[in-house]
Amino acid sequence: MTDDTTNAPLPEVSTPLNGDAQMRAYGASDDVPEFDDPAFTPLSRPLSEARVAIVTSAALHRFDQEGFSPSDTGFRTLDRADRNIIMGHWSPNFDHTGFQLDHNVVYPIDRLEELAADGVIGDVAPQHFAFAGNQPATVSELRLDSGPACAKLMLAAGVDVVVLTPV
Amino acid sequence: MSALAHVFEAAGLSTVVLASMKEVAERINPPRTLYCEFPLGRPLGRPDDVELQRDVLLRAFGLLEASGSVLETYPLVIESDEQPLSCSIPPRFDASLPPAIDEAQGLRAAYDRSLERRGKTNVGRAIDADTVVDALRVLDTWASGEPWTEHALPGKLTIAVCHDIRAYYTEAALELANGPTPGGRSVEAWFHDETEAGKTILAARAELKRQDAPFPFWFYMTPGHR
Repeated sequence: MTDDTTNAPLPEVSTPLNGDAQMRAYGASDDVPEFDDPAFTPLSRPLSEARVAIVTSAALHRFDQEGFSPSDTGFRTLDRADRNIIMGHWSPNFDHTGFQLDHNVVYPIDRLEELAADGVIGDVAPQHFAFAGNQPATVSELRLDSGPACAKLMLAAGVDVVVLTPV
Repeated sequence: MSALAHVFEAAGLSTVVLASMKEVAERINPPRTLYCEFPLGRPLGRPDDVELQRDVLLRAFGLLEASGSVLETYPLVIESDEQPLSCSIPPRFDASLPPAIDEAQGLRAAYDRSLERRGKTNVGRAIDADTVVDALRVLDTWASGEPWTEHALPGKLTIAVCHDIRAYYTEAALELANGPTPGGRSVEAWFHDETEAGKTILAARAELKRQDAPFPFWFYMTPGHR
């Protein structure tokens, strides 16, 4: 989660107009959710046989899908072949132009296809998923509702590995 | 992202996180993290840099061999570029109009070319391209000190309207600019430092703050550090 959803002003840092430094300082001081006794799932097969999915917090969606609301805790499903996608993230606090120039800088679907063609990974998942990074601090909906629902879809599709990309 | 990794691992999936904020990743502590100090919004590094993007993924996948929690740092740092994009702004055409409106009209052809070439636009969250000028007219009125409550903004939500204006300008600018791929925040710097629309939004934002408008109504009109 890289975004601010509180009303607190951003902290001052030494370079007044360095937006990334200010956002990183903000993130370092922001509340984060706690996970007691976190799970660790080892990869059960060689990477060259594993099916890989991307999950991004960039709030990506197709034009025919509902956009993200400012407090959206759900996710959108992107098919493997989808490229005509836009970024529905509400935060003005990070660069949006990189994605406009090349979706792979946020959503590296073409790189995955190449790695699969080269035999580095086993397969590209049939579907990938986008959440919005600006979530309530507790992320309780993600933990209890939309996150497990997304995991269930991936498991049903035979996904072994998830690459998570932030913005 | 890091929080979702815990949810997915608990469900039986193996995850690798490309983290853009090291301290956040350290505290949430997902099982496998590759911290990449790249411009925020560009987690794979650089647009159109296939080799770099591939290497980032290969290093991330390499973390799957670890038998326990691991956080590694990608060896390359890419800093955000705060220097304004080199992009000409149309000269004044109709001096009777507020400068931002004249400017937005002057950029319309470039925006339309971008839309035709890319087949998509990020404008449309609250207003369409035809309404950009009307929204700028209200923002200009707000910036002049008029009570914001007496002048309704097309699209209503300031954060969404300002997003659409910024997207309109960004798409036009990427069509007009020559030279190397712009770095992170270079288009943002161009918009807020050099364009009349960007300056109008900053001025309207300052005026809303002065008039005690609700915090979320004005704060998210621009990047927070501005």
